Amino acid sequence: MTTAPVAVQPIPRGTLAGRVGRRALDWVPALVVLVLVFLIWQESIAVFHIKKFLAPQPTAIASTFWTNRHELISAGWFTFQEALGGFAIGCGLALVVALVLARWRGVGRALMPYMIAANAIPIIAFAPIMNAWFDPFSKGSKMAIAAVLCFFPVLVNTLRGLTSVRPQSIELMRSYAAGELETFRRVRIPTALPFIFTSLKIATVLAMIGAIVGEYFGGAFTALGVLIDSRSTTFQFKEAWAGIGVACAYGIAFYLALALLERLTLRGVPSTDD
Amino acid sequence: MSVVEIKDVGKTFEGGTTALEGIELAIGEREFVSLIGPSGCGKSTLLRIVGDLIRPTAGTVRVNGKPAPQARADRDYGIVFQDAVLYDWRTVARNISLPLELARWNRRRRTGRVQEMLRLVELGGFESHYPWQLSGGMQQRVSIARALSFDPALLLMDEPFGALDEMTRERMNLELLRIWEASGSTIVFVTHSIAEAVFLSTRVVVMSPRPGRISDVIEIDLQQPRTAATREEPRFFELVTRVREALHLGSDLDRKLAAPAAEAQP
Repeated sequence: MTTAPVAVQPIPRGTLAGRVGRRALDWVPALVVLVLVFLIWQESIAVFHIKKFLAPQPTAIASTFWTNRHELISAGWFTFQEALGGFAIGCGLALVVALVLARWRGVGRALMPYMIAANAIPIIAFAPIMNAWFDPFSKGSKMAIAAVLCFFPVLVNTLRGLTSVRPQSIELMRSYAAGELETFRRVRIPTALPFIFTSLKIATVLAMIGAIVGEYFGGAFTALGVLIDSRSTTFQFKEAWAGIGVACAYGIAFYLALALLERLTLRGVPSTDD
Repeated sequence: MSVVEIKDVGKTFEGGTTALEGIELAIGEREFVSLIGPSGCGKSTLLRIVGDLIRPTAGTVRVNGKPAPQARADRDYGIVFQDAVLYDWRTVARNISLPLELARWNRRRRTGRVQEMLRLVELGGFESHYPWQLSGGMQQRVSIARALSFDPALLLMDEPFGALDEMTRERMNLELLRIWEASGSTIVFVTHSIAEAVFLSTRVVVMSPRPGRISDVIEIDLQQPRTAATREEPRFFELVTRVREALHLGSDLDRKLAAPAAEAQP
């Protein structure tokens, strides 16, 4: 028999730059929307005579950012470190727990109700408690809040991924006399990776939110949440908005870093998210 | 020595359904045995019992003279399912080398064997492709290459071509016979297709349902090696008819359908 001619797709092996270029083009519609929103925002404040301290114009926020850029960026960096720490603790713990629960289902049945209950904790109420447990001026108290927030989505998605393996894939490993550890390493974990990355991307944003919410209930004066809080209570709304902008920028950068890591890790897997 | 020795095997599932009862079968070296029967006759269950993927509730199975669990631990058989069950995140080459990695072969030996297997299934040049870049027939060839990579004495195949179109299926049949010839392995093959069973096998085991048991064993004396022309020989059609009749004899529904007609005759 000869090999039949079939339509075989070439392996997508563009350079990274090439891919980014293609994706840059995809961003054009979103950029148009952004520019339009800023334009309408800018103009409507002038046209409708909205009080400037309530909703400052984008240009005013931008210039405020520029004059305070050193303070804002370093405050953002401080908060980002808290978020990153909480992200690492929360996600790390979630991954370990998910592995345990996937291996020993009985443990899962015993623990899962409490995991779900833990997820129902309103983080706003939880933040002051964490500040009381740990030093409110330390990064640790904010990391704890961020960790709690990251934990659940990563746990649920990882567990889902680890257990959504086709039964025949497991039978196949059994036929190779592969042990439980090998099956996890070579089948369950690779199957779970796309699920894990999805949840890690969610967790990046949650970690930033957790850190900033924590800072609202007291934190170091060098923290971004404290800065936004103090500026808005003293009616310095331009400064508060600039702070929010910086928080967003850190959050987006964090998310994109994870998305890039996902791209590099799952090179061979057909992408489902774009 | 028999490669597979099945003695008085029965399987009753937890709900009380008897899937298999009193199965006796011995399969010799280099045989190609097909298990054929309607859905629910337990042919896939029997295959899984031989592979120690499930345990029988009665009787014994020996593979290569060893109890089935020992044979599985010794990697005495390769298995191919209806779906190719390739790992999406591994290239063709890395899929084929997976059982070799598990058997702790070193990299150089693995690479050599993967190349050999790719030649055997005529997929040279596709080693860096990912499974989703291949057609269904090509995926199944990778799956066969993987099952044969560690040179098992026995190849278990559970409706491997069931999901393929008729044209591809006939081509894969010829391909499989060539591989069987070249690899020298013994094959147990589960199928729904009478023509496929007759064309491929040295023996066809006909099974009937509720409870699953062997109702007939038919020797296929078609000349080896078989070619596309084999399908047009009168003997091929005779054997197809024999298997079909054996299948219908074993089926309750057919007996019921046949009964009133028989009564109506004077």
